[in-house]
Amino acid sequence: MNDLTDLTLTETLEALDNKKISEEELNRAYQQKIDNLNPILNAYLYICQGSSGIPYAVKDVIVTEGIPTTAGSKILEGFIPPYNATVIERLSYHNLRIIGKTNCDEFAMGSSGENSAYGPTKNPWNLNKVPGGSSSGSAVAVSAGLCSFALGTDTGGSIRQPASLCGVVGLKPSYGRVSRYGSIAMASSLDQIGPITKSVADARLILSWIQGEDGYDNNAVSYSNIKSQTKKSDNLSGIKIGVPKEYFGKGLDTGVESAVKKAISKMEELGGQIIDISLPCTEYAIATYYILMPSEVSSNMARFDGIRFGTDRDNFGQETKRRIMIGTYVLSSGYYEDYFIKAAKVRTLIKQDFERAFEKCDVIVGPVSPTTAWNLGAKMADPLAMYLSDAYTVPASLAGIPSISLPCGFSDGLPVGLQILGKYLDEEKILTIAEVYEQSTEWHKMKPTVDMS
Amino acid sequence: MFNKEDIKKLAKLANLPIKESEYEKFASQLSEIISYVKQLERIDSNQVEPTFNVTGLKNINWGDKVEPSLTQKKSLQNAKMQRNGFFVTKGIFNE
Repeated sequence: MNDLTDLTLTETLEALDNKKISEEELNRAYQQKIDNLNPILNAYLYICQGSSGIPYAVKDVIVTEGIPTTAGSKILEGFIPPYNATVIERLSYHNLRIIGKTNCDEFAMGSSGENSAYGPTKNPWNLNKVPGGSSSGSAVAVSAGLCSFALGTDTGGSIRQPASLCGVVGLKPSYGRVSRYGSIAMASSLDQIGPITKSVADARLILSWIQGEDGYDNNAVSYSNIKSQTKKSDNLSGIKIGVPKEYFGKGLDTGVESAVKKAISKMEELGGQIIDISLPCTEYAIATYYILMPSEVSSNMARFDGIRFGTDRDNFGQETKRRIMIGTYVLSSGYYEDYFIKAAKVRTLIKQDFERAFEKCDVIVGPVSPTTAWNLGAKMADPLAMYLSDAYTVPASLAGIPSISLPCGFSDGLPVGLQILGKYLDEEKILTIAEVYEQSTEWHKMKPTVDMS
Repeated sequence: MFNKEDIKKLAKLANLPIKESEYEKFASQLSEIISYVKQLERIDSNQVEPTFNVTGLKNINWGDKVEPSLTQKKSLQNAKMQRNGFFVTKGIFNE
């Protein structure tokens, strides 16, 4: 058996079943890799020792009973959650073990991982680059082989974008597919929990384990459950694949464009029918998002009063303060109609864009991020430039539809992700198409070599 | 667009301690962000209904049943100050 830490979750389950490996060997292999690489990558904020079960990582905005949870913030330093999130409870029935809590932008607010109060996470493909965010540590832990899979959260791209920048699979389920009970809330009309994995089959399996209502998240729904496995197909015949022209315009890096276009050609080769579509309101998505999201942030962050848990509000970081103030401003009397209501109306238009497009196609494909991973520090002084890097992920969040990022190539040695978006609650289709594409390529098998010098 | 006074006012509304040295920077960053989001003015949305929740679910209620929940001890375990099994909060009426 080669490096055990390269095994996908599906392969690990099989190897354990066939007694080719033991749980102890598996845990030792991951632990050793964490000991070697975490001091360099800063992917984990807290590491749990153990030798049984399959080790997985959890973004530090998801509460874990008895295990410190900081959300990447100084305000929660020392916080020990008294209960488990629903997703953690559900995974506990599958012989899994939490191996650690992963670094992230403070309260999941950021696109680079640099807003963590505990230092930035490094991209394993190039240590001078950001890993993306906000699920920075989760994407890096999966990419560098520091866990079998990880949980992340996605509000405007926080699972898909770091997955893309780190060359792994990231799935944002439909809004309401997975209960957020125990996920520290950022923007409640947008937040979703989802898996970051080494293969599409793993993402499907984990979604099948964590989906469905729990009686604690009123938006979590339980119909049309996703199957844990599907009949294997090797082609895309009969599948209509929409390509939105707005996702290939100004600002798209040529290396990313070329990799994504090759992926689309591959899908055509596999029998898919490529259809040109338009999502005209795409250009307004970031503006809409940066009104609605901060509004919800300013309300959710009010719970940090230092009385029941956490420390004082001066321990919030810069980005959190910025968003609380933006939200407070756009919700204040006299501005509420002009900003908040206006943005909620444009959200309807963005949602309708997708509904109209899905009359013509089964799925929509495009890039995840306009560029590959950028240099650490490059956008820290310019919040707006950072926000604009989410231009292709935010629309699906506003519309509540599912979307997956999967590896589709490289540009200058850095991974590029392909985004596949589906109809509301139709994860089944995007997973099936992603599985067919993945099986026909080798991109997901490429692993970074971390520079130890 | 935003000046130091605006930031001071917002910070007070949001109960956010902001350092004097940060006013200038936040004023310029918030100005830039708000001017950017103002581009929504270009869209005619008079006939459009707002979306606050994509699920369309409304008035979801759970049965009014007593179920096992956190113990008093666990509920208090992260509180900075507690007394006789209660949280200690700042006074509201005693000023």
